[in-house]
Amino acid sequence: MAKRIDVSGLTAYYGSHKAIEDISMTVEPRSVTAFIGPSGCGKSTFLRTLNRMHEVTTGGRVEGKVLLDDEDLYGPAIDPVSVRREVGMVFQRPNPFPTMSIFDNVAAGLRLNGKYKKSELNDIVERSLKGANLWNEVKDRLNKPGSGLSGGQQQRLCIARAIAVEPKVLLMDEPCSALDPISTLAIEDLIGELKERFTIVIVTHNMQQAARVSDRTAFFNLAAVGQPGKLIEIDDTERIFSNPSRQATEDYISGRFG
Amino acid sequence: MDISTQNTHVPPPTPQRSGGTRKRGAGATRRGDQIFLGLSRGSGILLLVIMAAIAVFLTYRASLAISKDEGNFLTTFEWNTGLQPPVFGVAVLAFGTVVSSIIAMAIAVPIAVAIALFITHYAPRKLGGAIAYVVDLLAAVPSIVYGLWGALILVPHMNGLYGWLNDYLGWTGIFSWDEGAPRAMLTVGILLAIMILPIITNVSREVFRQVPQMHEEAALALGATRWEVIRMSVLPFGRSGVISASMLGLGRALGETMAVATVLSPSFDIQASLLNPGGGTFAQNIASKFNEATEFGRDALIASGLVLFVITLLVNGAARMIIARRKEYSGANA
Repeated sequence: MAKRIDVSGLTAYYGSHKAIEDISMTVEPRSVTAFIGPSGCGKSTFLRTLNRMHEVTTGGRVEGKVLLDDEDLYGPAIDPVSVRREVGMVFQRPNPFPTMSIFDNVAAGLRLNGKYKKSELNDIVERSLKGANLWNEVKDRLNKPGSGLSGGQQQRLCIARAIAVEPKVLLMDEPCSALDPISTLAIEDLIGELKERFTIVIVTHNMQQAARVSDRTAFFNLAAVGQPGKLIEIDDTERIFSNPSRQATEDYISGRFG
Repeated sequence: MDISTQNTHVPPPTPQRSGGTRKRGAGATRRGDQIFLGLSRGSGILLLVIMAAIAVFLTYRASLAISKDEGNFLTTFEWNTGLQPPVFGVAVLAFGTVVSSIIAMAIAVPIAVAIALFITHYAPRKLGGAIAYVVDLLAAVPSIVYGLWGALILVPHMNGLYGWLNDYLGWTGIFSWDEGAPRAMLTVGILLAIMILPIITNVSREVFRQVPQMHEEAALALGATRWEVIRMSVLPFGRSGVISASMLGLGRALGETMAVATVLSPSFDIQASLLNPGGGTFAQNIASKFNEATEFGRDALIASGLVLFVITLLVNGAARMIIARRKEYSGANA
């Protein structure tokens, strides 16, 4: 059920500003791919084109193709809402629905998708919270608001919410940047487990994190401020961090950048 | 006041941040701070004194009237302050005030929320801005103008609606119509709804605009449609704000005077039907009787004003309780 992502010739704009240009890559199912690169290089923008969240921003538009297995996400007959039900997303700052209980947060996506019996809902919520390594911490207070949890717990709640609807792909936009090291470790462990079931793409500013969690790493860069970001190279993570084929990549990962 | 004008021209003492010697101890304060503290504390106390003076004055005058009232002040359906002994009560006014305000709220709140959502979440930026501007203009129209418009335009055009309601809902009793001039509570309520629409719309619009992007994106990323985003993120976040906005509108509806006085045919009885003329509101009753009232009659009107004040307080208290009850879940915790 995890699916392959196949991007070809993708360019994204904010109004007239070209944010990323001509990006092509393949992401294998059941793998973790990390996007690294300096701020403003368009890695988050690119991530958001993979579930059509980019076009939610005013003036956001995209050219090129994103194939999920063989289906073009930007095909004329495709509804962006249905794309987002297949491609889940976890954000930089934990964003559980503040007015909902922990249970309702996890069930939110399910309730959008259709009718479930109460017992089915209970099962899926429990399974998702277990899948996000959060069940033991919250099983006694499922009816309390999600905003009462710690930052790391909130982020795992958001992951539980995202995986509850069984997406084919899970996108993570710097999921640990607002968390302390212990919570970060918990999320990284979780990513390792989740890749058994999902195709995962993670944007990170933390290169050790990219090295720890990912199978493949893509390095993005931009020629200058105002210029569109480009994919410099994508390769096995081990190779990117030991013997990258491009000089810019080596400069960036060794800290000699800029 | 003199102190402040004297000191506006005095430069503030130069702070001595650098240099080793700090002469000020932990307990010392700067002069500017002291002056500002005095001014703000003085304003606060002044406000309380004025409020207390008004309350004492009103209560005193009201008690003069109520003590001589031969009827029950709260339940009597009459307003005869000229009789010996006088007989008057606020039952009709309380009923009319509450009913007209409920009608106004029932019409205005859903429409205002819908307009606010359209402006913030559906309309293209320019169109939304234009609509917001027009709504702002509506808020600036004086209430007497609404009253004139209501009496000259709205009332003559209500016959169709009244007839329709009578035909289909007349059996309920609430919407039966004796074919009199439509100067009844429903017309008042509709006019009040138009008058309170702008304030509710504007406040709701600001609240909806402040919904954090990340909450909306959370819903979007789960595959929510635009309406589902509004239902999952925007409305829950804006709930307490919309309640506050509605209370502002309700406050205006409860106290509205001229618009009610020009549209309603008042009488001192309670009409079961909203379509038959009669009844009255506190503010309308005060406005129409005050000029010709005797000293005692004015005291009686002041007493009725106190009741309106108490009703407003109760309504506000209830709204605060509603907001506080779900504080744990409020968007402010995010």
